Amino acid sequence: MSAIERFDLVIVGAGPAGMAAADTASQQGLKVLMLDEQIRPGGQIYRSIGHTPIQDRSVLGPDYYAGEKLLAGLNQASLERLQGATVWEVREDNTLCFSVGGESRRVGFDKLLLATGAQERPAPFPGWTLPGVMTCGAAQILLKTSSMVPNGPLVIAGSGPLFLLIACQLLRAGVEIEALIETIPRANYRVALPELAGALRGWRYLIKGAKMLAEIRRYKVPFYKGVDQIRAEADSEGNLSEVIVQHGQEQQRIPCRTLLSHQGVIPNTQLGRAIGLEHSWDEVQLCWKPVLSEQGVSSHPDILVAGDSAGIGGAVVAEIQGQLVADAAARSLGKAGMPEPQRAGLKQQLSQQLAIRPFLDKLYRPAEAFIRPVDETVVCRCEEITAGEIRGLVELGCSGPNQTKAFCRSGMGACQGRQCGTTVSALLAEVQEKPIPDVGYYNIRMPIKPLTLGELASLNSYTEQRD
Amino acid sequence: MSESLRVNRDSSEVAVIGGGLVGLAVALGIQQQGQQVTVYDEGDIAFRASRGNFGLVWVQGKGDNMPAYARLSRRSSHLWGEMAQQLEQHTGIDIQLQQRGGVFVCLTETELEQRIQMLNGMAANHPEGYPFEVLDRQQLKELMPDIGPTIPGATWGPEDGHVNPLYLLRALVQRFEALGGKLVNAGPITKIKPENGQFVLQSASGRYSCNKLVLAAGLGNKALAPMVGMDAHVFPNRGQVLIAERVKHFLDYPTGHVRQTAEGTVQCGDSKEDVGFDSGTSTDVLAQIANRAITMYPLLKDVRLIRSWGALRIMTPDGNPIYQQSEQYPGAYLVTCHSGVTLAAAHAGPIADWIATGQADPELELEKFDGRRFEL
Amino acid sequence: MAVDSSYKRVSHQPAGTVQLMVEGQMIEAIAGESVAAAVLQTGIRQTRTTPVSEAGRAPYCMMGVCFECLMEIDGVPNTQACMTEVREGMVVNIQRGSRSVSGESV
Repeated sequence: MSAIERFDLVIVGAGPAGMAAADTASQQGLKVLMLDEQIRPGGQIYRSIGHTPIQDRSVLGPDYYAGEKLLAGLNQASLERLQGATVWEVREDNTLCFSVGGESRRVGFDKLLLATGAQERPAPFPGWTLPGVMTCGAAQILLKTSSMVPNGPLVIAGSGPLFLLIACQLLRAGVEIEALIETIPRANYRVALPELAGALRGWRYLIKGAKMLAEIRRYKVPFYKGVDQIRAEADSEGNLSEVIVQHGQEQQRIPCRTLLSHQGVIPNTQLGRAIGLEHSWDEVQLCWKPVLSEQGVSSHPDILVAGDSAGIGGAVVAEIQGQLVADAAARSLGKAGMPEPQRAGLKQQLSQQLAIRPFLDKLYRPAEAFIRPVDETVVCRCEEITAGEIRGLVELGCSGPNQTKAFCRSGMGACQGRQCGTTVSALLAEVQEKPIPDVGYYNIRMPIKPLTLGELASLNSYTEQRD
Repeated sequence: MSESLRVNRDSSEVAVIGGGLVGLAVALGIQQQGQQVTVYDEGDIAFRASRGNFGLVWVQGKGDNMPAYARLSRRSSHLWGEMAQQLEQHTGIDIQLQQRGGVFVCLTETELEQRIQMLNGMAANHPEGYPFEVLDRQQLKELMPDIGPTIPGATWGPEDGHVNPLYLLRALVQRFEALGGKLVNAGPITKIKPENGQFVLQSASGRYSCNKLVLAAGLGNKALAPMVGMDAHVFPNRGQVLIAERVKHFLDYPTGHVRQTAEGTVQCGDSKEDVGFDSGTSTDVLAQIANRAITMYPLLKDVRLIRSWGALRIMTPDGNPIYQQSEQYPGAYLVTCHSGVTLAAAHAGPIADWIATGQADPELELEKFDGRRFEL
Repeated sequence: MAVDSSYKRVSHQPAGTVQLMVEGQMIEAIAGESVAAAVLQTGIRQTRTTPVSEAGRAPYCMMGVCFECLMEIDGVPNTQACMTEVREGMVVNIQRGSRSVSGESV
C-alpha cells in the first residue's frame, strides 16, 4: 500500500459552509482537501450554481445567485477538490475512506470539517411513496440543474420557507399550481408570536416571507390553510392520481399528477453518527444535532461541524459558520487566523442572522400528523414498514429503534434509516409516553453509503496466503 | 440510594436475566413446563450478540475439542425443525429455517486439508458416527455453479442449515408473551441478593424477586455470576458481518462465510478478533471478509454492501458453552454460549427441562459443561 | 418533448446535449444533469419496482438520501440515478425488483 496522503483539513460537503470554509482555510495556508458527493459544488441551496441552465435570473431570485460569490472564492482557492466523492468511513486514527468513480482512497487529516448540510425532514403521510409524490427540494433541484418543472396538474403541500419559495419560483417559471396546501397548525401562530420581537433583528427574512405570500396571492393560486392531514391516492397503475385534503371535518379531493411536499429541513447527521459523535435532541427544531462547542468542535476534538449539519440556520448562517470554524481550525494548527475585528464582525452577523430562527422554528413546527403519522402510513420506505407495525412492536418489548430494526427490518434498507429514523423514534416515544431522547436513534455503521464488495475488498491490506 | 428504590415491583417464579436468543429460548422452555417466567432485558443499546448474528444452524466442526458439545449441537439441530414449526404455527412468523445441509468452502488446499483432518478427528471421537463429506472442486461446482475458479473444495455437513435470527428472536418473544411470560425492559441488573432461598434483583428501574434465577446475560454474566457464587469465564470476541443488498436467488445452501437470506440479502461474515467491549467495525477485517466472499463467489464483486455489523460474541477459554447450577445458591443457573441460534432448540428443550425440574438428562453430560473446568 | 411526461423543460440557455437510451428509447439530455432528471422528462412514471412488494417507485428527494431512484445504468443495477451524471450513449433501464447477480459485467 502506498503511503497515505495527509491534509491539514478535510472538508466534507461543498455547500455554503464547506465553500466558505475552504476559502478561509486556504487563505490561511492550510493544505485542504474538499470532498463532495454531488456532480458540482454548491450544496443543495446553490445547486448547479454557475452552471444552471435557467435563463431568466428572476425565476430563482437573487438569494440563489448569492452563491456565485462563494463559487468564485472556491474556484480561486488553492486546494484539492473532488466532486462525486462519497466519504464512507472515518477512523479513530484520523484517516478517512472515500469512494470516487468506483474506487476507494484513504487520506489522513489533522482536522475534519463536516459540512454535510441538511436533508428534508422525512414527514410521512399515507401515499407518500407513490410515483408522482416528490419533495419540494427535489422540484427545486430539477429547476436549478435542468430547467425542468412539473408538467401538471401540480399540488404543493406542507409548510416552511422552502414551501413558499418553490411555489414562487415555479409560478415565475410559468407553472400553474392547482392548489397550495399549508399544514401549519393554527396554534403555531400563537406560540411563535412572542418570538416576533426578537425576530425583528432579522427583519429582512420577515419581509421576504411577506413578499412571497403576496406574490402567490397575485397569481391567484387556491391556498388552503390549516390543513390537518393529507393523503395521496393512486390510480389503477399505482401512480399518484389525487390528493385528499383533510380540513377539520371537511375533505376535498384534488386530482394531480405531481404532489410536492415539504415539512422543513433537518441536519444531515449520518456521517457524524457513524463516527460516533455525541448528538442531542433539539425539541424546538424537532431534530437531532451534534453536540458542539462554540467553536464548532464536536465530541471528537479533531472533528468540526458547520452549517446546517450543525443545526438548521440557513445558507447565510452556514457561510459565516464555515468561515469561523475554518479560522478556528487554522489557529489551532498554528496559523495566525483572520484579524480579530473581522472575526468579531462575523460573530455579530451570525447572531443577527440567527435572530429569526426561534420565530421560524416555532411557526413552522410540523403538524402532529407528519411527525407521528397514522398507522397505515409506510414509515420505512425501503422495507415497507408501516407506522402501525412500529407502534405494535412496543408490546413485544421494543423500547428503542435498534430493537424495532431487528424485529421488522425498518431502517435496514438502502437509505440506511435516513427516511425513517426520526419517525420511528417519535412513534416509539409516543407509545411509551417517553421523551424522544430516552428512546434514542439508530446505531449508524459504516459504510454510510452503499459500496461494492469489490471496492471494499480492494482495501484488503493483508495478502491472503495462497498455495 | 439503592435502598430507596421502589421495592418488589415484581416477583416471579423464575427470572431470566437477558432477553437475547439464549435467555428467551430457555425462558420459553421453562414456561412450557408450567412455570411462570419473567425475562429482564437491558434495553435498546445493549451489546446484543443476538442481533448481530449470522443465522447459521451449524453442526460441522462444532465441539472438535469437546465431544459432549458436538453431541449437544447435533441434538439441537435435530430438535430445530419441530421448534421452528411450533413457533411458526403459533406466531405466524416465518423464521425461514432451512436445514438441507451446509457447505464450508476452503480457499486453499492447505485450508481444506486441515479441515478434513479436523473433521476426521471428530469422527474418531464419535462412535455413534459423525456425518460429513468432502467435496472436491467438481462436486462443489455441481452444488454451487457460481463458485470461484480458485476454490479447491469444501466440506459438507448434512445437518447444517440456517434461519433468520432476527425473526427467530421476534417469534420467541411473541410466543413467550402469548403464553403469559413477562418481558421487562429493566435496564442492566446491577445487583443480585440471595435472600431466604430467593433472589432479589436490582436495576435502576426497580427491584424484582424470584425463586429461581437463570443468568443468560451473555457478557453481562461475568459481573452477575459471582453474586450467586459462580464464575463466568467469558470474554468478548468481535464477530463482524457485512450485509449486502437484496439480489435474486443465487445460493442454495448456507456456507460458513456467505449466506443468502430468504429476502435475498447476502451476508458475509466470520471473523475472529479479540477486542474489548467495542462493538464497532474495523475496515481491515471487513475488507478481508469482502475479499473472502468474492474469492468464493466472484459474481458478488459488484454487489453493494448496505450495512455492516459488529457484534460481540461471548467466548469462553475453550470456546464451548457453560451450563452450571450454583452450589452455594441452588436455584441459580448460569447459561452462556456463543451459538445461540444453533443451540436454541436445545435451550428451549433439554436445557430448560433441566432448569425447570432440577433433573438433567444424563445424555447431556452436563458435568462437562460446568464452568469450574476453567479453574482446574 | 411531446410525450406525456411528469416534468418538462422550460426555456433554458443553450447547453451541450447528450443522447442516452432509456428503456430502449433514445432521449436527449442536457450535459451535466443527472440520469434521474433526464428520465423524468420521458413518459416513464415508475423508475423501479421494490424488491419487497413490487410497488412502483420514482425519484423522490433528488439529492441522494432516499434511494428511491435506483435504476440499472450501463448494466449496473441499483444505481442512484439522481447522483449519476448523464453520458453520451448511456443505457438506462428500470430496476425491476431485486437485482440479479449472474450474467452481469463484473
